[in-house]
Amino acid sequence: MDRELVKKLADVLKNRKLSDEIRIMEVCGTHTAEFFKTGVKDLFPENLTLIDGPGCPVCVTPNSYLDLAIEIAKKYNTILATFGDMIKVPSSYSSLAKEKADGMDIRIVYSPLDALRMAEENPGREVIFLSVGFETTAPSEAIIIMEAEKKGIKNFSVLSGNKLTPPAVDALLSADEVKIDGFIVPGHVSAIIGREPWDFIATKYNKPGTVAGFEAHDLITGVLSLIDLIEKKDIKITNEYKTVVKENGNPHALKIIDTVFERCSEVWRGLGELPGSGLRIREKFSMYDAKKKFPADPPPVKEHAGCRCGDLLRGIIIPPECPMFDKVCSPENAIGPCMVSSEGPCSAYYKYWKR
Amino acid sequence: MNNMKKILPGHGSGGKLMNDMISGMIKEILGKDSIQIDDSAVLDINSGKIAFTTDSYTVTPIFFPGGDIGKLAVNGTVNDLAVMGAVPKYLSCSLILEEGFDFDSFEKILISMKESAEAAGVKIVTGDTKVVPNGKGDKIYINTSGIGVFEKEVQRRNIQKGDKIIVSGTLGDHGITIMSLRNDLRFSSDLKSDCAPLNGMIRTVTGKYPGSIKFMRDATRGGLASVLNEITAGRDFSAGIIEDSVPVSEEVKGICSLLGLDPLYVANEGKVVIIAAPEDADGIVEVLKQNEYGKKSAIIGEIDSLYPGKVYIETFIGGKRLLPLMIEEQLPRIC
Repeated sequence: MDRELVKKLADVLKNRKLSDEIRIMEVCGTHTAEFFKTGVKDLFPENLTLIDGPGCPVCVTPNSYLDLAIEIAKKYNTILATFGDMIKVPSSYSSLAKEKADGMDIRIVYSPLDALRMAEENPGREVIFLSVGFETTAPSEAIIIMEAEKKGIKNFSVLSGNKLTPPAVDALLSADEVKIDGFIVPGHVSAIIGREPWDFIATKYNKPGTVAGFEAHDLITGVLSLIDLIEKKDIKITNEYKTVVKENGNPHALKIIDTVFERCSEVWRGLGELPGSGLRIREKFSMYDAKKKFPADPPPVKEHAGCRCGDLLRGIIIPPECPMFDKVCSPENAIGPCMVSSEGPCSAYYKYWKR
Repeated sequence: MNNMKKILPGHGSGGKLMNDMISGMIKEILGKDSIQIDDSAVLDINSGKIAFTTDSYTVTPIFFPGGDIGKLAVNGTVNDLAVMGAVPKYLSCSLILEEGFDFDSFEKILISMKESAEAAGVKIVTGDTKVVPNGKGDKIYINTSGIGVFEKEVQRRNIQKGDKIIVSGTLGDHGITIMSLRNDLRFSSDLKSDCAPLNGMIRTVTGKYPGSIKFMRDATRGGLASVLNEITAGRDFSAGIIEDSVPVSEEVKGICSLLGLDPLYVANEGKVVIIAAPEDADGIVEVLKQNEYGKKSAIIGEIDSLYPGKVYIETFIGGKRLLPLMIEEQLPRIC
């Protein structure tokens, strides 16, 4: 979009007078970071508050997932292939970074395909890909499993921690712990699942929402139209990211997900166990399911005393309201995942928040 | 030609094999003055004060578009001296070679060092060679130390509010070039490292505006944001930069957004950051622009008191956010 036009839009947001205090939630870790990075958050009118929801896949992953990954790698001497984001996340007793320093074979990849390639290049070793993500990344995780089957690669498997976002938003709204006037609905997730699956926010909970993209103009347009919906009490889920998000998503991608994964009950940090919110690997592909291929019993899960990542991911607090933020908890010494994931709210506040 | 010839443990043994390599290849390429019979080089320096610096180079891969580890090892040390206001004169060159490293690559690197030293007007006057067993190093590591002299007393005025922040060209080229070459990433682009000697350009600009340049630093590891954080840490002023005025190439922008990197934190090997008095900032940029390594120089922001001790950026829509000190290097072994 023309930059001069975006600047004009920015002025509209900056000068938008609100009739009452408005609290909106974003449910996407990329939105969390981009609101800061683009400077859009800095232009918010007074009385407009953005709260962070359960939109960062690494953050909502419970300690038990990493505990299991580490236990498997120890027991079976496997290679763990992971996105860099997971490296510094604390597990119950350790972290991938600490295990790597102690000699565990943990390698950072930039795409799931790199992990599969790693398995091909290391035929004598077992490679486990740590697959943590939402609907956005699930298709590419499914594709590598199909690819592994096609190529007959046997030393590759996936530890699925993949999750579906609408059940989390449903759980959050049904708990009714926090005042939310409307939602900035995730753009990337909706590109896969479509706008329609979010209608329950309006029909079941009587709140509006707007699907938004990630550039400055997307964010501004999204927020402005959400404010309008809230003020006019126009309760519906609109789509301001139509170039990318269709009503029913991307059927091809959904079919790929469905070929490899099936819904299961899954534990979310902060929200607990939510039925139908996880994606596990179907029986047909069980030889690529690290959970089945490498049975292991990690030690009991331990939460970190005082960590409020769970409250944060439910919108009960924002990062500076956590007593440990930027004091005990920092990127060098993170107590919880929200401080070290690149999509984590604490990481964004730590980096960009003016103080 | 050194077809198929490899570095052997004996090339670092102090015996004949090593002597032959030094007096044959190294001396031939770097020049007779680079090899000392004695344990030290004896240098003529007529200066009250000298600048002295050292740096080790471990970049991988060792050859990359725009340069190689040899060029980097000369220019990196030359630039560290130049930004202090010193005129680089002499370098040492210490080589750590891995057993099995091929002579052809080694020769190319030595030739590149020689050419870079000539281009920068410095002499390599002493050195050392060690060989480590196969698998205990990665082909070649180079350490260079450098001595520079001050032609005249450099007077640095204090940085104060209103001073301008200048960079000498596009940011992130070196780091992103290296990153895109790493085997786990398979990008293709026309991008190349900005690896270059900055002493000539810096000498011209300090000669013309001796009293107006308050601070200079080459923005290597950690990039521009790290340099600015060093300047503001613990001080009563902040550094504010304007997103739209920071030169970043389209390729670097594209790859950075793919990888989730910020070009303001990515290493450069041929860019200087200058803090200058406001009245001469435009003139300084004009002088920089006349140099082949400074064509895209620009004023990118200024020193103010909005967020004391911090660095911030104003995005193109007018919103502000902090640019904090980076916790750790985004890309390992970049130089």
